[in-house]
Amino acid sequence: MIGQHDHASALAEELQVIAPSKLSIENVSKSFRSRAGQVQALDRVSLNVAEGEFVCLVGASGCGKSTLLNIIAGLEKPDAGRVLADGKLVTSPGRQRLVMFQESALFPWLNVLGNVLFGLKLKPHLTKKDRLDVARYYLELVGLTRFERANVHELSGGMKQRVALARALAPNPRVLLMDEPFAALDALTREQLYGDLQQIWESRRKTIVFVTHNVREAVCLGDRVVLFSPHPGRIKEQFGIDLPRPRDINSVDLAEYSSEITRALKGFTNDQLAYA
Amino acid sequence: MKRLLFAVLFFAILTGIWEWAYRAKIWSPVLLPAPQQVGEYLKTAAEDGTLYHATIITLRRLITGYVIGLVFGVPLGFLTARSRVAHDTIGTLALGLQTLPSVCWVPLALLWFGQTEAAMLFVVVMGTLWSVVIATDNGVRNVPPIYRRAALTMGSKRLHMWFKVIFPAALPFIVSGMKQGWAFAWRSLMAAEIFVSILTGFGLGQLLHYGRELSAMDQVIGIMFVIVVIGLLADKIFFSPVETLLHRRWGTSA
Repeated sequence: MIGQHDHASALAEELQVIAPSKLSIENVSKSFRSRAGQVQALDRVSLNVAEGEFVCLVGASGCGKSTLLNIIAGLEKPDAGRVLADGKLVTSPGRQRLVMFQESALFPWLNVLGNVLFGLKLKPHLTKKDRLDVARYYLELVGLTRFERANVHELSGGMKQRVALARALAPNPRVLLMDEPFAALDALTREQLYGDLQQIWESRRKTIVFVTHNVREAVCLGDRVVLFSPHPGRIKEQFGIDLPRPRDINSVDLAEYSSEITRALKGFTNDQLAYA
Repeated sequence: MKRLLFAVLFFAILTGIWEWAYRAKIWSPVLLPAPQQVGEYLKTAAEDGTLYHATIITLRRLITGYVIGLVFGVPLGFLTARSRVAHDTIGTLALGLQTLPSVCWVPLALLWFGQTEAAMLFVVVMGTLWSVVIATDNGVRNVPPIYRRAALTMGSKRLHMWFKVIFPAALPFIVSGMKQGWAFAWRSLMAAEIFVSILTGFGLGQLLHYGRELSAMDQVIGIMFVIVVIGLLADKIFFSPVETLLHRRWGTSA
């Protein structure tokens, strides 16, 4: 009886909604050497993200938005400037800030359940049963309970990204970093995932930084849309999205926001082209 | 069931042709014994224990050398994949020595170790090691960087990263290297046993050699048959199931 009680409380603790992080990005610069010479991916970018905020970074490819995401994750180091998560300097990757990539990056040598368990196995205080229960909880959240024994290659693109989402959520991070996670999916699957993601975000309260080049997607998901301009990567403009949730990507209000933002995006992209 | 039937039929026909060639006296019976004679040799050799002992001795040499080759080969491959210095030195050495047919180690092994078990072991290890090093190196280099990145963000590092991410991700390459290493080791051991008689034990290769010395063609063909069967069994019992498992997991067609 006592064992059961302990398991229940450990599980409850593991599954509880934890406080999301506050992120501050301060004057971050980053350049790469490429064949064409030095490329300034980010030029003194500063951005604050509030606890539990859903921020979308939008821009043409090569504007440095993915680089910024990697720097927030701790996977890359900035040349100058710094990133703080809850006031603490980010120096290396850590499971408080989990990343979901464009390709699912699921491990083909593990089945669906094994993939979701991967991050949980790195939390030493959990028992085997805790881990299984947590993994199954998130698989249910993304609607894939029936597929826990499936191999990765047997899943459709949308299912893979659902598993990737469950895998990223399972260790209960404070921040979720998403790098064009739905870009490779068909429109119908994508729309379904927009709904699911909003719902999960509301119930699990995470700070989300979401990179995309799709303005409508950004408006549908974000509290705020941050526009980047390329060469060098800079923040050009920001839009607060004041629409009730859950949002439908096909709604008229959303389309109005999108066209306004798209105009802004085209405006400075064209300027850029004129200069180049 | 149908597949088995076809296979049995195929080998029955093959034996039939052999029997016919024997009866037609195309070659002298000294050069081509009847299938039945070979069968009788195998039966006698099995009953008096010759075959059993020779097989055990050969397999012991093979497996010991192979395991040593794996134990050193896989970590060396990891090393050459991760360190540029190791790649330029050990990696180049491995690439060079892998192109050397492993039989070529026999004279050197004889001079170094004399007619001993150590010489046999050395030849088998050399046959295994370099293939495994190169395959592991190649496998580790081919692990998509995104797996590492994903694992890093989930808190995996150092040993955990090696054992739980890099190793399994490189496994398809490592297994094909193991298979090649096995083939090389098996060939070089047979060559060594045929060339060298060692008083500590007669392996299958030595039985083959003495079959030739005595012009006992039934023994020569019988032992060749045993060698083929061992090769087939190694593939069917060990490599095939592992490969099937990997193919099923990865979704690559077999």
